[in-house]
Order: sequence, then structure tokens, then C-alpha cells
Amino acid sequence: MCSGRVDLSFVLRAFSNGNDGVFIGGCRYNDCNYGTHGNYHALNMVLLFKKIMERIGLNPERLRIETMSAGDGNLFAEIMSDFGKKVKELGPLGKGEGIDENALKSKLEVVTNLVPYIRLVERERLRVPFKSEEEIQKFFTSDEFNRLFAETIGEKLAISQIVALLRQGPQTTGDIAQVLGLSPSEVSRYLNSSSRQRFVRYDEGLKRYALA
Amino acid sequence: MVTSLDYERILSPSGPYEGQVLRASDKKHPRKIAWIQCVGSRQVNPEGGNSYCSAVCCTYAQKQVILTKEHDAEVECTIFHNDVRSYNKDFERYFQRAEKLPGVRFIRSYVSIGKEIPESKNVTIRYSTPDAGVKEEEFDMVVLSVGLNPPTEVKSLANKFGIELNAHGFCQTNPVNPMETSRPGIFMSGAFQGPLDIPESVFTASGAGSQCGELLDYRRGMLSKERIYPEERDVSQEEPKVGVFICHCGANIGRIVNVPSTVEYCLTLPNVVYAQEQLFSCATNSAKEIADMAKEKGLNRLVVAACSPRTLEPLFRDTLREAGINQYYLEMANIREHCSWVHAKEKEEATKKAQDIIRMSVARACHLEPLQEFALPVNKTVLVVGGGLAGMTSALSVANQGHQVYLVEKDSDLGGIARRIHYTLEGLDVQAYLSDVIRKVYKHPLIRVYTDAAITEASGYVGNFVTTVTSQGRVIEIKHGAAILATGAEVYRPTEYLYGEDDRVMTHLELEEQIAKGDEKLLNSESLVMIQCVGCRNEDRNYCSRICCSESIKNALKLKELNPQMDIYILFRDMRTYGYKEDYYREAANKEVRFIRYEPQDQPQVEAVKEGGRSVLRVTVTDPVLGKQLEIDADALALAAAVIPSEGSEEATRLFKVTTSPDGFFKEAHVKLKPVEFSVDGIYLCGTAHYPKLISETISQAYGAAGRALTLLSRDTVVASGSVCEVKESDCISCGACITACTYGAIEFQETPLGRKAVVNPVLCKGDGLCNTKCPTGAIALKHFTDEEILIQIDAAV
Repeated sequence: MCSGRVDLSFVLRAFSNGNDGVFIGGCRYNDCNYGTHGNYHALNMVLLFKKIMERIGLNPERLRIETMSAGDGNLFAEIMSDFGKKVKELGPLGKGEGIDENALKSKLEVVTNLVPYIRLVERERLRVPFKSEEEIQKFFTSDEFNRLFAETIGEKLAISQIVALLRQGPQTTGDIAQVLGLSPSEVSRYLNSSSRQRFVRYDEGLKRYALA
Repeated sequence: MVTSLDYERILSPSGPYEGQVLRASDKKHPRKIAWIQCVGSRQVNPEGGNSYCSAVCCTYAQKQVILTKEHDAEVECTIFHNDVRSYNKDFERYFQRAEKLPGVRFIRSYVSIGKEIPESKNVTIRYSTPDAGVKEEEFDMVVLSVGLNPPTEVKSLANKFGIELNAHGFCQTNPVNPMETSRPGIFMSGAFQGPLDIPESVFTASGAGSQCGELLDYRRGMLSKERIYPEERDVSQEEPKVGVFICHCGANIGRIVNVPSTVEYCLTLPNVVYAQEQLFSCATNSAKEIADMAKEKGLNRLVVAACSPRTLEPLFRDTLREAGINQYYLEMANIREHCSWVHAKEKEEATKKAQDIIRMSVARACHLEPLQEFALPVNKTVLVVGGGLAGMTSALSVANQGHQVYLVEKDSDLGGIARRIHYTLEGLDVQAYLSDVIRKVYKHPLIRVYTDAAITEASGYVGNFVTTVTSQGRVIEIKHGAAILATGAEVYRPTEYLYGEDDRVMTHLELEEQIAKGDEKLLNSESLVMIQCVGCRNEDRNYCSRICCSESIKNALKLKELNPQMDIYILFRDMRTYGYKEDYYREAANKEVRFIRYEPQDQPQVEAVKEGGRSVLRVTVTDPVLGKQLEIDADALALAAAVIPSEGSEEATRLFKVTTSPDGFFKEAHVKLKPVEFSVDGIYLCGTAHYPKLISETISQAYGAAGRALTLLSRDTVVASGSVCEVKESDCISCGACITACTYGAIEFQETPLGRKAVVNPVLCKGDGLCNTKCPTGAIALKHFTDEEILIQIDAAV
């Protein structure tokens, strides 16, 4: 099995189980055991997942990928010590970020439900043809990526989170914005499109949005 | 002061300071370390030193520098060197990696040791640089890059076997068969031949094996016996009954992890019905104990908590088969490399971690599925692509072991680039040798030669390839079990130094041809210049072509022999006459061939001018010794043009789905340990398609490839792993995500009763599992590493 086999859902499961950090170790780039170069795919997955973590308010430094050869024992030990220290500093998952347990659970559930969608989007829109770590890193910090992400996974995440929130009861735009850490204008935009798709409706009586 | 071998131990986690770099005298971390290259090598002083270059020290010193910096980025590393001989595959890039590290200096200078400073125990080194003159500098530690000697008992060994040694005290070998000793039937491999790096050692070992096979083929298989395993018990309807065996590994695990309490812990885990400790689980009696206990207790899943599965998983799988259990019901928990070795100082913590690891393994073991490995028949025929020396040599060695060989050559004649080589440094008459090999190939009843041939299609997999060849208007379909790709290399056509504009400028190979022809004008030249590293060791081709330094010295010596009056200048960056070739470098210098070093940023300039009625090529170069511009008026100029990958290799890459490294040469499965195999099973490589190499090296590697191919061909079947992907058709939405992810072409659409679905050819699947992460519906699963099996392990972690 290759580091490219490490699935989004494995990482999610680890965080959902309350692990405070997840580390993925792969072979050195361009030194593939299979000829598959799956470690680049693992890197893509990690960078995409970090973006998602950022989006749902989790510290992306809780997820780390490093590549090394079987002879790099010292390097591995150094990295793990460093990562362990970092995760300790960040504190328990959720708590460290000031997210309460239920909200954390709901956020991770939202992402888990989106896994098939994320795979499709990754293939159709976010697949990086580059075969170098630098280029991939560059892409994931580019404006183009941010735009593509916002259009696709970002929007789906927001809407899913809004729906999850409304399941607990009707909310105002301002409340939603505060809970999700988005600007009220972004929230209105998502609410408008969700209204059109009949996911949510505006309750005139309550002056709040509710599930349709 | 330590030798490089001492330092290798110091760097090792199992070394004297458990991987810390310390000085023996005061156990302090050195802040400034110096390496001195060529200690005991490349010496003219007959007392103690060796005249040859030890061939491996430049790169191992660079490796030590990189490792030192990984240990502690603050350490200052200084390498005092002569030529940097990064002549092997990927070594040039490796050198650059070391050189670019901050706090690393490569200083080209002879050195002498000043003194030891009694208070600090530091050592001073005197050296000189062109800018600063002679300096004396203090270092905390000095590593001597010592060279290679013949083994100490070599004389008595040679006497015992009746084989001859060469002047350096290594084994005397046949230049056209470097594995052949002076006594028929006795072969040698590795550095007994002289200084060699690992890949050469490995392929000469395979090559020696192949030649033993040529002599002993008639007895092949007569001593082997088939193993009979008990019938496999069907446990699919049983509840999981897990047995856990925890290994002490002598003291390796037991000293740190509390094994008895871990055994107690395991017995509390769900589905564990039995647990015990063992001193060495891998010992024959322990393995038998595991099998016996499995039978006695009716175990149907086994967890062995010991070392990395990389080493011993095959052994324990075998143990399960002995116990009548499907071998995929084994799970190994690595509590040595992942636990006791790295947590030596935290015994309690380590014990807890060992228990965590075992708990995860037990959880996984409960969900494992029995898998069947399948046997594929092996077609005993071999296809050899490329009819140069490499291809012909391996074809002959394979055919001499009783296998049919199809040899395919794109040109109308066999011989490859060797047709243009006339003599070697050692004095071999290449054309006579080549004719002999070609005659043997054509005369061999088992070798079928196709010239003017092209491969149009190649399909299949290990043991069962089908390749279509067109040759002289015919189309031939060849079924073969293995393929050896020996597609050779080409010579770069320079655009530099007036090449192609002035007919006095030629490549080193063209010079050799003119010398061989006895071209009068050339032989009567007053002055001839050679420029090294043309078209490589630059941005376009970031590698060393390996052969050119020897080639130029060979031509220079030949010219000096034919016309001792000729002034010959070799303009070089580093003379890379590794191994015994150093002796010829010295001989050339003694015969007054003049060597002038130039820097890549200050390349020689060439212009055609008239000087006193004589039309000459004026070569301008900076002489680093004099610090002045030199003008050399030459009658002829030879360029050491790069060796570049051939078009044939590129084609072969496409056809046989093998890969090349960034420079375009074939990428072997492992640069050190599998130098003649591709990562695609059943396909082997040799010769200059792998990397530039000399004739003797090409021949060694060709025998090596034959040897590896024979290990496949000597079997009737090959076993393919049961851990391959499978598609659940009802979940497949025919999106093709898995097909694009697969680099082996193992998945394709097929019409099924449920419509068009992705179907895996298990023979081609390598089990990397990348496709699993791309499938939006989770329809494709890598057996033995399914989502369920991995997720349950993640769940058991906390």
C-alpha cells in the first residue's frame, strides 16, 4: 500500500475519534516504490484537507505530511518529536480552537458527508498535473486555488453547515455568520442560493431562516 | 581524527554514541568537521598508498556531510578534495545537494596536518586556495576518507583457489568478462575486482551467477524439492480466535518493553484467545511453536508482535501455511523499530505504546479476509531489445542456459555503438572482439536475430508478454516470458566550439575513428586540444557522462604512441578516471599530456585564426596555476561530447511501460540493490541505456541482466500477490477515476451484465491502492487494505 492510498476518510475518522494530530509519512518524492508517485496525491489530499480544516475552524497544523526514506530514521524521529510538541501546544482538538464538542462533531460530520463530492471535485477541478513539491505547494496557496475552492467545496461546506445549524432551529443571518465564522454577506449569498434550491426558507414570522 | 569507516559507525543509531556525533576524547559535539579525501588512494608514493582511485570516497564523504547536517544543521563541514569524482548515476546531483547546504565548503587543495592543540584537542589543517594562499585552520574533528584495499587474506585465498591476482593485489580478471578469474569455472563478483560501488557489485554478482548457470544448466533444479503444506482450513464461518505472539527479540524489545505484562494485557483484548512471549519468534523452533499452538488452540488469526513486516512477514506467512491457515490471516505489530528502538529511555511509555500497537493489530486481524495468491505460467522465451554489446552478451548468456532468445535490432547490423570503438585503455582490440561476439550470436541455435526491426506493440505481463516486431517487411508476433531492454545511448552532437562549422573540430569518438584509420593529417598535427564535459554537467544535462575522461586519456596515449612529438592539451573540470583508470591518467601526465583545469563559468574559447601563414584553432583558457589566460594554437580539437539517451530507449519506455530518470536513462527498480531490474516485473535492463558506461562495465551488467532473467525463467510459474484491487460492480458508476489513477494499465472498462464497469486485471495490479482514494462511490477496494480494515485499526488507536 502506497501513501496515495491514505484516504480523506481515514484522516477524518482519526480526527472524529478525537485524535489531536494526524501524521502521514510517505516515500521521498520521485523515489517511488511502485512507479505510481502516489505521494504527490497524498500531498494534494493533505493540502486540500488543510484548507478544509482552516475553513471549519480547525488548526491545519494538526495535519502533517513528510516524506523520507527507510534510512532516514533520525529525520523521522526529529519530525515526530517536533510534531508531537506542536500538537501538545495546540491542545486538544476543538478545545484548542475554542470549538465546543457538539459543534466539532457536527462540523466533522458535515465534511464526512461531503467526501464523495470532494473526490469528484478533486478530479474534475483541483487535480494538479505538476510533479514537484514546490509546484503543488504553490498551487495550493494560489489565488486560483482559493477561487476554485470557494466555488466548489467552500460553498458546499458552508451550505451543509448552515443546514446542519438550522436543523437545531431557525437562525438569523447574523447568528449563522457568527457561528460559522463567515461574513454576513457571504452567508446571505449562500442562503439565497439555498432558498432557490429549496433547502431553506425565510420565516417571515420569526424573521429567521429555517429549513425548508 | 577518525577514518571514514569509524565516522560511518558514529553516525549510526546502533553506533558507539547511539547516533550522536561525538568526539571520542571528550564526548563533545564537534562544531567544525573536516574531511580529507584520497587518503591512501591516488598516490605515487609506493610506501603504503595505492596508485588507483578508490572510486567510492567522493560520494560517501558527501553522504556523510549530508547526514551530519541532518543530525545537526549548525555543524560546519569542510571537504578538502582533489577532483570530485561524481561519475556514477545521479551522483552529480547528489554532489550539488551536498555542496549547496549552508555551512558546507568544498575546498580543492592538498592539505597537511598542523598540530593538535592540547587544551581543546582540536587539530589544525594547512591548505591553500588561489585567493587566500596558504592558511592554517582549526577543526574539532577530522575524517580521513580512506580508500579500498584488497582483502587482507587475499594471497592465501588466491593460492587456495589457484587464481591470479593483479598488480594491485585484487583479482585478475578478463577485461571482456570482468567476472571471470584466471581459472576456468571460478568466477568472482564485487569489489574483489577492484574498487566498485554497490550497483556494480550487485550486477557482477548476478552476472557471476548467470555464468555459473551456463556451466551447470544441465543440473538445474535437481537438488530442489517442492514444499508440501497441510490443507488450508476453512475458517470463514468461525468467530475470530486471535493468537498473539510477542517477541523479545533477544534484548532488543524485552529490555525496554515489559513483555510479560503485555502478554497479560493482550489476553484482555476482545477475540484474543491465546497470547505468549517468545525469545526470538523468527527462530525455527519458535515458528514451529506458533504453528503448533495455532493448531492446538484452534486459532484462526495470528498477530506476531515483533519487528518490521518488511523483513519477516514472508517467514510468518509461511508459518501460517504450515498451520493450515490462510497466510493473509497474519498481522504483524512492529514493536521494535516503531517502539523499543526509538523509546529506549521511556520504558513504561514504550510498554503502553507496544500495547496500543498490538491492540490496533488485533482489531485489524479480526477483519482480515483469506486471499488466494495465484500462479501464472512462465513462458521460457526471452526478448532482447537492442543488438549492441549489452544486448548480445545477455542474449548469449540466456541462450547458453537453454532458452530461446529473440534479439531485435533497429539497425541493419549488430554491434551498436561499439562498432565505432576501436581500442580500450587496457588495449583490447574492440573490433576483433565484437566480430567474435556477433559470430557467436548468429551461430547460436537458440538465438533468432531480427535486424532493421521495429517494435510496434507490446502487451502482457511477467511470464506472458506478447510483442509485435516488424523486420524487413515481415510482421512477427513474439510470445516471451521476460524482456531485456538494452537500447543503448547516443553521442551528443555539440553546438559548441565550432563543431559542425570547422572540420578540424570533432567529437572524441570521431577522433578515435580517425586515429584508427591512421589519418595522416591528424597524426602529423603539431598540437591537439581536447575539451571535456561538452554538453553535460550543465543545466541541460545535469549529469556526468562517466566515460569521457577515460576516452580522452585513451586517445591521448594512443596519439603519443603514434606521434610522441605532438603537444596534447586536455582542458577539464574534474578528471574522473576512477578506479584503475587513474594509472592511465598518471601515465598520460608522465608522457607530458598537459592537463588544464577550467571552471564552468569560465569556459574555453575557440576561434579559427591564421598565425604566421598557418591556419590554426586558437583555444583560449584560463590557467588556474598561473592565473593567466593561455592561448593554445591547435591543429585539431576533440570535444568530449556527452553520452545522451537513445531514441530507442524513449520508445521502449512507451511500449513496455517502464520509466526513465530525469536525465532520460532507464530507471532501475532500486539504484543500488536492483540495478538491472525495472519496477515492472519480468523486464530487465543493461548497458548504456541505463547510464553511460565502459565496455567492461556494459558486459558485466549484461551478464547481470541475464542472471536476473534466469531466476524468473528457471521457474514454471510466478506467484502474484493476493493483495490486489477488486471492483464491486454494483457500486461502480463507470466514471473512470480509477482507470486514470492506475499507472499500470491494470483497470479497464468491460461490458458486464450490469453494464459497462471498471474491471481489474489482478495480474497487472501492484496493490498501491491509489485508485481506492479516487473512487467516489468506494466501489474499488484493495484487498488486505480495505477501508474497513484500515478504519477499524484507526478506531482501535484511541
